[in-house]
Amino acid sequence: MISIWFFIGFSLLVDGGLILAAGIYQLTNPPVHPEVVLFNLHANVWWGAVLFAVGLFYCIHFRPARGSRS
Amino acid sequence: MMPTMAFFAANTLVRLSPIDVVIVVFYFVLVLAIGWYLKGRAHTGEDFFMAGREMTAWVAGLSFLSANLGALELMGWAGSAYQYGILATHWYWIGAIPAMLFLALVMMPFYYISKTHSVPGYLKLRFGESSRALSAVCFAFMTVLMSGVNMFAMAKVMQIVLGWDLNFSIWVSSLTVAIYVALGGLRSAIFNEVLQFFLIWAGALMIPVLGLYEAGGWEHLKVLIATRFSAQYVHLWAGLGHFSANPMGINWVGIVFGLGAVISMGYWTTDFLVVQRILAAKDLRSAEMAPIIGAGFKMLVPIIVILPGLLGLAVLPMHLTGEVQAAATGGYSYNDVLPLMLARYCGPGLLGLGVTALIAGFMSGMAGNVSAFTTVWTYDIYRPFINKRASDAHYVSMGRWTTVIGVLISVGTAYLVMQFASIMDYVQALFSFFIAPLFGTVLLGMLWKRASGAGGFWGLLCGTGASVGMWTWVKIDPRALRYVALSPDAKGLAQDMYQALWSFLVCVTVTVAVSYLTRPRPAAELNGLVYGMTEVPRVGEVAFYHKPLFWAGVVTAVFIVLNIIFW
Repeated sequence: MISIWFFIGFSLLVDGGLILAAGIYQLTNPPVHPEVVLFNLHANVWWGAVLFAVGLFYCIHFRPARGSRS
Repeated sequence: MMPTMAFFAANTLVRLSPIDVVIVVFYFVLVLAIGWYLKGRAHTGEDFFMAGREMTAWVAGLSFLSANLGALELMGWAGSAYQYGILATHWYWIGAIPAMLFLALVMMPFYYISKTHSVPGYLKLRFGESSRALSAVCFAFMTVLMSGVNMFAMAKVMQIVLGWDLNFSIWVSSLTVAIYVALGGLRSAIFNEVLQFFLIWAGALMIPVLGLYEAGGWEHLKVLIATRFSAQYVHLWAGLGHFSANPMGINWVGIVFGLGAVISMGYWTTDFLVVQRILAAKDLRSAEMAPIIGAGFKMLVPIIVILPGLLGLAVLPMHLTGEVQAAATGGYSYNDVLPLMLARYCGPGLLGLGVTALIAGFMSGMAGNVSAFTTVWTYDIYRPFINKRASDAHYVSMGRWTTVIGVLISVGTAYLVMQFASIMDYVQALFSFFIAPLFGTVLLGMLWKRASGAGGFWGLLCGTGASVGMWTWVKIDPRALRYVALSPDAKGLAQDMYQALWSFLVCVTVTVAVSYLTRPRPAAELNGLVYGMTEVPRVGEVAFYHKPLFWAGVVTAVFIVLNIIFW
């Protein structure tokens, strides 16, 4: 049985990747009038990267082949 | 800048970009995929209704917490933090932590050893069929109605925040929940709740992080709030000496005894919606550890709920008001503070995750309601009163159909509320009538062997009746609040606290009185149900850091320190 933690990892991996991609796009194409406060901190880049890294770790550590751990 | 698109309507609080929409859609696909994957593991009644009783302490504990972490909870308490300040934190600390630890260390052994499927099921074992019937019917009826009320409220939020059509929100979210719970049963609900727990944190954590950065740290945030509003907003206990010394209009007696000792105990230890998650634990030690793990994380929830409300007080340029005034002036209400903060800090991608967190919160709450309703209906109403001798497969089939029917009743309730808004207040009040006296009944049942079946039934009935009576009295004559809450300065929340306290006391008094007037159950029948008559299995020779008592002590110590820090 696939572990619940694998599903969580997969979700964080995909969401983190999408957020990171959106952040990098904004980093390379900065808006003239940013819609968010503290745009200069580029939260979507580093938070997206954190979620991606955590998701990747969970996906590898709890991959289905390693057996079942609910 | 990525192109921005309005999703269904142009004039909304936040506007989603295409990447945000992809994140939201991915979430729906994933929860359905989990339900589909788990459908092959829900063949027996134990699988479908109790998740096979094989959940680890972590999964059961996070699910236990997540079932309570609904979107309305997130947005409502963030709004309360803006309205009342840090006082709202009491609902997460004293209004939850002692009750969760009490459940783990005192009550869980009896729930678990009795192998009951539900809280009404425990009442059947302890007090007999009449108490079970009363609590099962009340719980099933109220759960499905509450689910509908929450569904409508959430759809309304999505309309205001995102511009989504009410019908769209109601049907998409409810059908998704119906499909994944009907396919995989409680296991599917629990898996998705744990996933939702992580998404809620991932989506909401950026608000306090960036907010504290903007405000200049916690100490400067307190200065800003004191300057813009009042220093009362940042003290947890200092203003609770008198009803008029704090923005909530309540005193410490109401918070400690009404909220901490009765309402939260009633909710966290007897509301089957949350207790069901713990009953799915794989062994007694996991069942005891699960609420302790939940309590540890519950103490952290104010970071993503209360702190955004406090940050709103400090950094938002506009002043938020009550719903009525906001509607009249075209401004924003207290309940808008979380979406406003989300829009303030979260750009493309992060915004999608934040909205996903709200949707996930809503769906976890609804799945909790539906799975609890399904179990109580099948095991505590259908099986004992309608069809006693059906096969296990028949009851599983009944559970699947009940899931769908329960969701449809919830949808119907949502549309009813859409037509008659006042129904919402009545349904929410009805739910609160039942919880405090139920705690009295279960508590006496577990701790007092002399409590008789008749005592349990009449105590529960009179306690509930007392709660209904007080609520009706204040509804007819609002001046009655001064008698219910013992102060002319009391406000609405104080009524809830004192109403719960009195109804609990009525329940306990009647249960004790009737029990002494009626014949007690033979001691042999109380084995596994009552303290002093039950051999609780020992945890065994494990390291101290594996023992529930040790971690309960750690959580208690942190709880005390936090209350002192924010005094």
